[in-house]
Amino acid sequence: MPTTNAADTAPKTYAWEIRAGGLRVRVGRKKMAVDGLDLCLDIGTHGLLGPNGAGKTTLIRTLATVLRPTEGELEMLGTRVGAMADYRALRRRIGYLPQDFGYYKRFTVREFVEYMAWLKEVPKADVPAAVQRAVERVGLADRADHRMKTLSGGMVRRAGIAQAIVNDPAVLLLDEPTVGLDPAQRLRFRELLQELGRDTCVVVSTHLVEDVAAACSDVVLFADGRLVFQGTPDDLAAAGGPEHPGGSPLERGYSALLQGSEQPGGTW
Amino acid sequence: MSGEHASTRLLDDYARGDTEMAVDAVWAVEAHLETCATCRSRLAASVATEVPGIAALLDTVRAGLEPQLDAAVRTPSRRHRPRWPSAWLTPAMAPWLTMIAVVTLMALLLDALAPPTFFGDVSPVLAIAPVLPLCGVAASWSRGLDPAYELTASTARAGLPLLLRRTTAVLVVVLPGLLVEGRLTGTMTAAQWLLPSLAFTSTALALGSLVGVTRAATGLAVAWGVVVVAPTWLTGHTPPALRIVFQPDQLPVWGLLLALGIGAVIARRNAYSTL
Repeated sequence: MPTTNAADTAPKTYAWEIRAGGLRVRVGRKKMAVDGLDLCLDIGTHGLLGPNGAGKTTLIRTLATVLRPTEGELEMLGTRVGAMADYRALRRRIGYLPQDFGYYKRFTVREFVEYMAWLKEVPKADVPAAVQRAVERVGLADRADHRMKTLSGGMVRRAGIAQAIVNDPAVLLLDEPTVGLDPAQRLRFRELLQELGRDTCVVVSTHLVEDVAAACSDVVLFADGRLVFQGTPDDLAAAGGPEHPGGSPLERGYSALLQGSEQPGGTW
Repeated sequence: MSGEHASTRLLDDYARGDTEMAVDAVWAVEAHLETCATCRSRLAASVATEVPGIAALLDTVRAGLEPQLDAAVRTPSRRHRPRWPSAWLTPAMAPWLTMIAVVTLMALLLDALAPPTFFGDVSPVLAIAPVLPLCGVAASWSRGLDPAYELTASTARAGLPLLLRRTTAVLVVVLPGLLVEGRLTGTMTAAQWLLPSLAFTSTALALGSLVGVTRAATGLAVAWGVVVVAPTWLTGHTPPALRIVFQPDQLPVWGLLLALGIGAVIARRNAYSTL
């Protein structure tokens, strides 16, 4: 039987899982995709909403330490993310699912998740159990030994979620995870999100307002690289009135809050 | 109390949640525990001996969970591939290594078939050997060729450790081929091409921290092709300035380049965490 050890009695030495102050991230030569963002996120499921091109993906990639912040402060799990930092310890505690993620077609689901666990430096002895657990949590246990190329789009995405949670991350970053999932899978996925949000800081970027309503404890509305609104789904719904376009209270709140930052580019 | 760690008595009191304990002592113990894993394990031990209530509760929870954990049957894993190759090479690497092996073979054939004057007085193997590993290095860390690049880039092993592993793997595949070839053709000593190729590889890694490894390796390989291989091929003579490059007495220069490259990589080791 396992006994209580030093890891169990370790304290948390930071106030916020993710804290950004005046964060700016440049993409390409000129475009500031994240432009002066102040954001504090703690444990819970945070829905990152915003129109196309708002900078959601750039923000998630920056949080995943794939992109470097251009200016401003970013602190994750108490570690300063800067220009010449060693991210190794921090990255062990991050889970990341990119919007379009590539995989090795000849790998089985288990091999793929095992390889990712190896890359994330999960202790060797824990890898088989961690992989099995991650695969079971996304409901792919019966497909674990099938090759990735034989899976449907929704299953591939679930394999992607499995690799993101295989290291039991403290910060889980999911970029459009519900794309390609059928309605039943989407329901199951929302349950998983709620479950994960109990002890993890989950950031889910999505353009589906109903995902946020069902699974998130907190909404972050993001437009033109800036924070427009942060609050509970109820706060978001309360921001909209009957005069605002949208089919549900949340959608009306969404359009009400985004009215101020409408882009002059056209009606899309 | 020892100079560095909390005393067992203090930890015992703390574990019991002793109300007698002075507030400043609690603070001191907590501040120390935050940074000291040794004392946290001692605290864990104190919990077991001093607070049987909590220990018993934890044991009950674990005992309750254990049957459920045991009941979860692990499906036997059918292993299709050994695990070690993907630890050293990108799983998408096989075609590229094959290509490099073919290039080596072609150079050998060229060397054996063509009269020495055809390619100047420099062996074609010697001409391509310095940059051959670069192609592998470029391919092993490329966003375009590795489908899981984005996933890999955010993991703990990404950065210099993985880069060095992959570079080593490329060298392990490429160098023996060249070694055999050098022996067969007998036109060059191992040091004549080994040092330049290692120097080029380390320079590519060093430049990689500034512009990205793929870009650096490709750039160096192309530059070598334009400056050395192409003129040799076209004129049939090695330009005199470049003939000097291949002279055995230039080895210290290549050695210096290698050392500089390695030094630069070590100095900028943290710059590789985002490439």
